[in-house]
Amino acid sequence: MDAMAIVSIFVLAVFVGFEVVSKVSSTLHTPLMSGANAIHGVILVGAIIVADHSETNLELGLSVAAIILATINMIGGFVVTDRMLEMFKGNKKGADK
Amino acid sequence: MNRTMYDLIGLAAGVCFILALKGLSHPKTARRGNLIGALGATIATLVVFAYNAPLNNLGWIVGAIAVGSLIGVPAARRVQMTQMPQLVALFNGVGGGAAALVAIVEYLALGDGASTAVVIFTVFTVVVGCVSFSGSIITFLKLQELMTTRPVVFPGGRFVIAATLASVLGVSGWVVVALGTTPLLILAALSLLFGVLFVLPVGGADVPIVISLLNAFTGLTVAASGYVLDSTLLIIAGTLVGASGTILTRLMADAMGRSLFGTLFGAFTAKPQDAAAAGEERPVRSGSPDDVAILLNYARRVVIVPGFGLAVAQAQHTVRELADLMISKGIDVAYGIHPVAGRMPGHMNVLLAEANVPYDQLAEMDEVNPTFGQTDVAIVIGANDVVNPAAQTTPGCPIYGMPILEVSNSANVIFLKRSMRPGFAGIENELLYDPKTMLLFGDAKASLTKVVSALKAL
Repeated sequence: MDAMAIVSIFVLAVFVGFEVVSKVSSTLHTPLMSGANAIHGVILVGAIIVADHSETNLELGLSVAAIILATINMIGGFVVTDRMLEMFKGNKKGADK
Repeated sequence: MNRTMYDLIGLAAGVCFILALKGLSHPKTARRGNLIGALGATIATLVVFAYNAPLNNLGWIVGAIAVGSLIGVPAARRVQMTQMPQLVALFNGVGGGAAALVAIVEYLALGDGASTAVVIFTVFTVVVGCVSFSGSIITFLKLQELMTTRPVVFPGGRFVIAATLASVLGVSGWVVVALGTTPLLILAALSLLFGVLFVLPVGGADVPIVISLLNAFTGLTVAASGYVLDSTLLIIAGTLVGASGTILTRLMADAMGRSLFGTLFGAFTAKPQDAAAAGEERPVRSGSPDDVAILLNYARRVVIVPGFGLAVAQAQHTVRELADLMISKGIDVAYGIHPVAGRMPGHMNVLLAEANVPYDQLAEMDEVNPTFGQTDVAIVIGANDVVNPAAQTTPGCPIYGMPILEVSNSANVIFLKRSMRPGFAGIENELLYDPKTMLLFGDAKASLTKVVSALKAL
């Protein structure tokens, strides 16, 4: 991929990232941080790619460690965020009644 | 599957992540937003399997994912909500560690064939990923109270930190010029050390800001490894998290009245503090549950200020029982929620939601502060720093400038505390010695239960 395309993607993504969270109430800071945290667990994709072309035992061992850590980050992150938000939902229902 | 298809599906996953962050910013759509994010991550993972099929080392890959799931899912499901912030910190740290490992493996595989640009991005990923990893471990230890929550500062500390940073930069240059595995591993070790030194001087109250910042860091490392691995998806996802994490860090710092600069560069400016003024014995007024019940019985307006101690004692349900009882006696009851009550912004709302406390009784700080003048009794349950007047009166104390709940304006203040131990930020609270303050010592849940039965008997 050429450098200009990468820079464009990067800059646009920065602005989208700024924009989507610019007006969030403090109540949601913790779940939002936790959700964003789960999203960067997608480094799992990178870990799988490097594991695929690992040739030495050292490379494979480090890749496997990376996959384990990335999976914990990604799956654990989404599950714990869902648990937090589940409570907000129950709360809303209670207030609506 | 051809490359175009792969990229298109990757783009779809990127869009999922944008929608996820957007959804997470509004209470009504937050849960759906999180699920959309999980969907995007699932798509991204499956498409890598499909595009690279048949994968080498497939057994190892699937096995590692299984192991990661077996660790991550139970941890996320079983964690007490009170301990959730440190779990998020830990998840963030392992993500940073994963990014650093990915960069190291790719570097080993490329060998001398790596272009300078790739090496620079690899160095960035390794440095920031390692800082995020070790820094997050320290925040975890602080939040779990496995180590002191006070700022850890040692004489000459800032020179050690500056020297470590300088060596990180120097070795980075060495790696770019000389290549080779050894310099990269030295760089990783130095970066891990820097992460530890960077977080040690941060005081307890600022830890959430640091977690949020390290979260943004990890996002940027993911973006950088996306460049190394030629994956648009990783660039998009990582940049999104990096950017939104930076904004979130600033919003949190604002909510806590902290200067981001001061928090970040605390490491460089912190001086060893005098040991806390020697524990001179000062008189406090402690009361019995009956005294508290009588005070409450004749109050017209009561504000409950819940803190982390309430959550630790699992007293959310008992406090709700007390609130309901007071309401049935015609007393006006509100909960005053500090934005950073608990361990993180919004943490207390999660904890009270768990106990089904009605939303309309929760008052935010700006709403409740003007009403303390008309409040007869403020009950502070397991909170300390968020009501500490030192934040307004003592320049130089670690929480100075943080907005507080001004409970001292109400006619009576009741503190439910386990002991005279200071709060998470480790600062003495003058309000405890105020003549209108009454202390009820003991476990918050046990004390509240006694107050409830005393109040019922009146």
